[in-house]
Amino acid sequence: MSFKTLPVVEEILSANDRIALENRKLLQGYGILAVNVMASPGAGKTSLILRTIEALRGRLRVGVIEGDVAGRVDADKVAETGTPVVQINTGGGCHLDALQVQNALKKLPLDEMDLLFIENVGNLICPTGFALGEQLNMVIANVPEGHDKPIKYPGIFAVVDVLVLNKIDLMPYLDFDLTAFRTAIRALNAGAPLFEVSCKTGEGLPAWVDWLAEHSHPLDVGP
Amino acid sequence: MAPMHELAVTQSILDIALRHAERAKAQRILAINLVIGELTGFVDDSIQFYFDFLSRDTLAQGARLVFERIPPRARCHTCRTEYIPPDSRLWTCPECDALGGEVIAGREFSVASIEIE
Repeated sequence: MSFKTLPVVEEILSANDRIALENRKLLQGYGILAVNVMASPGAGKTSLILRTIEALRGRLRVGVIEGDVAGRVDADKVAETGTPVVQINTGGGCHLDALQVQNALKKLPLDEMDLLFIENVGNLICPTGFALGEQLNMVIANVPEGHDKPIKYPGIFAVVDVLVLNKIDLMPYLDFDLTAFRTAIRALNAGAPLFEVSCKTGEGLPAWVDWLAEHSHPLDVGP
Repeated sequence: MAPMHELAVTQSILDIALRHAERAKAQRILAINLVIGELTGFVDDSIQFYFDFLSRDTLAQGARLVFERIPPRARCHTCRTEYIPPDSRLWTCPECDALGGEVIAGREFSVASIEIE
């Protein structure tokens, strides 16, 4: 009987990464900007998506994939706006994976879309490890959860391409230290833009929407 | 259906190990050596727990999972010093006090090797 060590050197999530790459190529082929929307539960992921859809009406055609443990509450809200939406229920799973997104993409009218929001399961930990085929990763923090979240969950705040702080209308009522929050964000992720918004009052939303619209036309090379 | 994060991941670890073991015509997998960065947030005990369950009646039944944990490392944007960022505090360069740094280690997540017979 002989024992030996066999070198493997394989990324554990390589199967997921391969499918994510296929998704990404498919979406790029249609000229669709795909955004992976991550946040803790109740941060306002669906609210921000709804507000953004409203603001982009007539400018960009949006599609949505909703990821939730159960139910289709969020998908129904999106569908009411006339936006194509597919609900994924993970049945307890704490994140979306590339295969779920691949199946969802088959149900969306990709040739009639410029922008795809993939609303991940509410969670600040698990979604970061699983690429879905997105071009932009974003995280939505929110005022009631406190200014210390970036320091407590550095993994997600460090890797995203864009950050939103939602519910700034509640700032006067809570002990949220905005300076500490901004400092922590800069420490972890110097390059990513931060938009401070309220989906309730609409404050700060135009800057976010304009930024997103600019990034939705990667092929437009204008003067 | 994955009731927990670690379950899906553990299935991937098992799939990778079995594929390599079968290709090498191994009789049995004795151990799987994993390299896991501390920023990935995966829990060793939880992976081993799922592994013992998932590996039943496979070549990997009874295999030991060996975790090499890689601590996070950051490189200062300003003076390029590499440092280990503190847990739950602002990332500040110990040399020049500049805020932040680029993550250069801590996100590893791979099967390095397997021990077979």
